[in-house]
Amino acid sequence: MTVPTDRSGAAADTIRGGLRRRRVRAQVRGVPLPLLVPALIGVAFLVVPLIALLVRAPWRSLPELLTSAEVWQALRLSLVCATAATAVSLVVGVPLAWLLARVEFPGRGLLRALVTLPLVLPPVVGGVALLMALGRNGIVGKTLDSWFGVTLPFTTAGVVVAEAFVAMPFLVISVEGTLRAADPRYEEAAATLGASRFTAFRRVTLPLIAPGIAAGAVLAWARALGEFGATITFAGNFPGRTQTMPLAVYLALQSDPEAAIALSLVLLAVSVAVLAGLRDRWMTAG
Amino acid sequence: MTRTARRTGRPMQVAALGVTALLALSACSSSDDSSSTDSGSSASASTSASDQLSGTVTVFAAASLKESFTTLGKEFEKAHPGTKVTFSFGGSDSLAASITGGAPADVFASASPKTMAIVTDAGDASGTPATFVRNQLEIATLPGNPDKIASLKDLTKSSLKVVLCDKTVPCGAAAQKALDASKLKLTPVSYEQDVKAALTKVELKEADAAVVYKTDVHAAGDKVEGVEFPESADAINDYPIVQLKDAQNTAAAKAFIALVQSAEGQKVLTEAGFLQP
Repeated sequence: MTVPTDRSGAAADTIRGGLRRRRVRAQVRGVPLPLLVPALIGVAFLVVPLIALLVRAPWRSLPELLTSAEVWQALRLSLVCATAATAVSLVVGVPLAWLLARVEFPGRGLLRALVTLPLVLPPVVGGVALLMALGRNGIVGKTLDSWFGVTLPFTTAGVVVAEAFVAMPFLVISVEGTLRAADPRYEEAAATLGASRFTAFRRVTLPLIAPGIAAGAVLAWARALGEFGATITFAGNFPGRTQTMPLAVYLALQSDPEAAIALSLVLLAVSVAVLAGLRDRWMTAG
Repeated sequence: MTRTARRTGRPMQVAALGVTALLALSACSSSDDSSSTDSGSSASASTSASDQLSGTVTVFAAASLKESFTTLGKEFEKAHPGTKVTFSFGGSDSLAASITGGAPADVFASASPKTMAIVTDAGDASGTPATFVRNQLEIATLPGNPDKIASLKDLTKSSLKVVLCDKTVPCGAAAQKALDASKLKLTPVSYEQDVKAALTKVELKEADAAVVYKTDVHAAGDKVEGVEFPESADAINDYPIVQLKDAQNTAAAKAFIALVQSAEGQKVLTEAGFLQP
């Protein structure tokens, strides 16, 4: 999985010789061109736009662009909302994943399809759907408004709702996959020892699937951080309240491309930092 | 029994919701679907016959012109059999960007001199742009105006949810100009990315009011109610039109611009809510 480790390992092995050296040499020499060329094109396709962003960055005016209060406002809002959306996804998504993985009931396949629909749904459509459901005039939102005086659109809570709607399926899918791979016999053993199903879940299953939950949470958080369509449709755009980084980037692009590039760099840096920070856990979990 | 009924009922509701959402999206995406229509003009160019027009003329026009230009396009095709007018409607700034980027078009009609300048500065226009209509701002309120909004000042009430266009788009810049001129401070709940998005928030009753163009209120029919305000006179947008340098069908392009500026064309445009230049 990790190429750099393999290569350094290969260097050490060349000196030591033996079985592993032969395997490594086969790895390098044995890659067929029809696979290598498309793979390299793929790498270029994914990496060149990021390099372009760095090349075209207005480095000289960058400090000025990035120290504006608006940028920090947007970045803080993005981080807070993405984290809140991930928390919501964890509280609701993990039990949902358990239900899908461990309980037999009719219509489970359909339920799974519906739950994961936001994965493939264009986010703007998600935003419109949220308006229809939770907007001031929506089928649920109407009641929320008249009973509790709560309206979600145009609020920070609305941003969290929009991001959770789009990001939760990533967590559910990830955790459900881990649950399916986990051996149910551990839970059965706990049950024979007198644990209730909930205790078994809490004391046995949860620690067992923790890496899967972590992976799912990272995916969901990253997706929420980059969320644009559902947010701008459902929560609108107001600096400090609902204007997250992606919205700020989009609107800056209309008038000031340099500022948009600067803002993009911040998002890129945050993403890289998160990947780097989680690398060890990520790799061992994968 | 009741349980099964409930279980089947919920997915149906969700599905219905999804369908509504999809319909709404396809309705708004149709306005800026440009790439598919603008490729056919090159094949049918004919400059030899000056009085007998034929072929396709491709017009890039601001989104607010959609209703009136579609009508004019049909009139043009009827008056000149054998011609076809294809439109690409969208935000003036993105249309200007695609023209300077080499998109094949014969005519460009934008919603502001500023966006037109992008094209003329790049040397992509043939001749000088002419202002053919002007557009004024109006307040769009919920049907029946339940909040009794009568002036721009009424929008500053804190109980109201008002949406404006973002300052980067022409309608937002114009709204800001009008507010500044009347020394009003308005805090909206959202700065929307374009005028149609602002209007939609009122149509869906999520916002109580929006500052949009008169023509948008007109096009929305009875889904919103328009309230005129005198300060809008300080922020009127000029709409320029020009023939492009790379036009493939110059004769038809000239004829279409003439139609827009003719009494007949002006009648269609003023009926849609535009002001004469």
